[in-house]
Amino acid sequence: MGVSRNLEKSELSLAGTRAAITGGTSGLGLALVHELRNRGAQVAFVARNRNRVERLAQELDGAYGITGDVSRKEDIYPLAMQIAGALGGLDVLINNASDLGPAPLALLGDTESERFERAFSTNVLGPFWLTKALLGSLAASAREGRGAAVVNISSDAGVNAYPYWGAYGASKAALHHLSRIWDEELRAEGVRVISIDPGDMDTPLHAIAVPDADRTALKRPEVAAREIADRIHSLLWHHGSGIEEEAIR
Amino acid sequence: MRAASVPIQRPLDAKLLAVDYRGQIEHLARSEFADLLRPGDTVIANDAATLPASLSGLHVPSGRSIEVRLAGRRALDENARFSAVIFGEGDFRIRTEDRPKPPLLNRGDRLKLGILQATVLELLNHPRLFLLEFGGSLRQIREGIARHGRPIQYAHVPMPLAAWNTWTPIAGPPVAFEPPSAGFALDWSTLRKMNERRIRFATITHAAGISSTGDAELDRRLPFDEPYRISHSTAAMIRAAQENGGRIVAVGTTVVRALEHAAALFDGTVPAGERLATQRIGANSPLRIVDAILSGTHEPGTSHYELLRAFAKDENLARIDAELNTHGYRTHEFGDSIFLERDGIGMSSAKRSAA
Repeated sequence: MGVSRNLEKSELSLAGTRAAITGGTSGLGLALVHELRNRGAQVAFVARNRNRVERLAQELDGAYGITGDVSRKEDIYPLAMQIAGALGGLDVLINNASDLGPAPLALLGDTESERFERAFSTNVLGPFWLTKALLGSLAASAREGRGAAVVNISSDAGVNAYPYWGAYGASKAALHHLSRIWDEELRAEGVRVISIDPGDMDTPLHAIAVPDADRTALKRPEVAAREIADRIHSLLWHHGSGIEEEAIR
Repeated sequence: MRAASVPIQRPLDAKLLAVDYRGQIEHLARSEFADLLRPGDTVIANDAATLPASLSGLHVPSGRSIEVRLAGRRALDENARFSAVIFGEGDFRIRTEDRPKPPLLNRGDRLKLGILQATVLELLNHPRLFLLEFGGSLRQIREGIARHGRPIQYAHVPMPLAAWNTWTPIAGPPVAFEPPSAGFALDWSTLRKMNERRIRFATITHAAGISSTGDAELDRRLPFDEPYRISHSTAAMIRAAQENGGRIVAVGTTVVRALEHAAALFDGTVPAGERLATQRIGANSPLRIVDAILSGTHEPGTSHYELLRAFAKDENLARIDAELNTHGYRTHEFGDSIFLERDGIGMSSAKRSAA
């Protein structure tokens, strides 16, 4: 991580795109910060740990770091204010910050209510609140012909019923369905809302969930970030045309 | 009128007083707003989000507690220097006109406002109005305002406002100091209905400033200068409406101020770009662009009420006032609304200027 690639010719540029990424200091979020920056986007990222936010912002000249917790309702408007203020608008919001629920993973019957609530706060309520707070910016961007997209990072645990993944899986299922409904509602405004399952990746979250996983068999977050960036490019490029696309798996 | 004291943007029983160009008055539910519009109309709202512009803290030289309300900016991307109004001890629970006098400010005074540090750069021809400059990086200033600031509010709403009480559903760029509250009437469902009926919707960004200071002399200077931006897409929609004779409906006084400011500079057209609105609109101001306004209800004597005089004759405004009072309309930012067509010959300003 932290390796900056030069923009390859084959890559689809996101020059001038204003993007915000939650959970931006580790795992897929961090890879997305790098990927979008490398494609020329103006990036703001959000994470809870101030030291890590400031370190990354320093490391990446021009990336705007914001400290905050999307699972806390009182953090949402301060976050939205800083995102829209720093970027001067918003074209892409990536709700990536995720909470696993109980760690280590637990059967639902053994899951503490507080852990279950926390998973829903981070994985469902946070994306709902932040998207709602930034909807005015996104819709303005669509009206100005720039296109606008919300990308919610989901999981196959939100589709398949894996024992021990109850809190996480149920919350990601909710996020996935929220995305589908919101996408239907916002088509006419020119704002797309999609959920993407990036696949099983070698990330800190996965390491907590499956400590003995064979890491070499896992997808690298940089690869998933590249796929997501391509998808964003196509959403912005086709905005308003209603073109359906296949989910990345 | 009675003050709306509960911070609900769209109460189910919100009322709308509609006045057509002949001065005919009709009482509606505000949810029926879109029914007053016609296919081909262009509705223009202010998409500015509201900063929490009330900052409590300390006047360092005197050691006294103060509240500073950011009141204006020279440009939309100006984030370090603001005009500001100082108040003495206490907060919004005390009526602004009853607040204790603040300490006397001098050029160079330091202010400690929570995590923000600020300096008094100069007084602006009044002991309570000054140019403030924040110290620190833009990032620290943005975060400091976002985290330490509270929405500006007044004693008619007794509970503390949260940021989400002050952002309209369409709020985007956080540049306003008080909410462009006419936009509280809009929701996504209304926009959807308008879209289905081929009513066009566009936004401008106008940094709405402070609306009241509790000082009669300062209040007479309101509204202060306010920067606004017209996007290319909005400029194109206005041009199209002018060419096709469609009406332009402004949501809120800030939109009227911005569009008419541009039109006065550019001979009746509204080009894209950022400018600073400096004019006041009153009974004698020509309206070159706006055909109708959706607004809150305003009391005589306020700058908002003055602006309505550009739309309707005084005798009509007096009748409207009487109706609002008789029918128990609520006033202030969370209150009821009026829809006012400019009086005259019942056609759009575009047609009129072509005629």
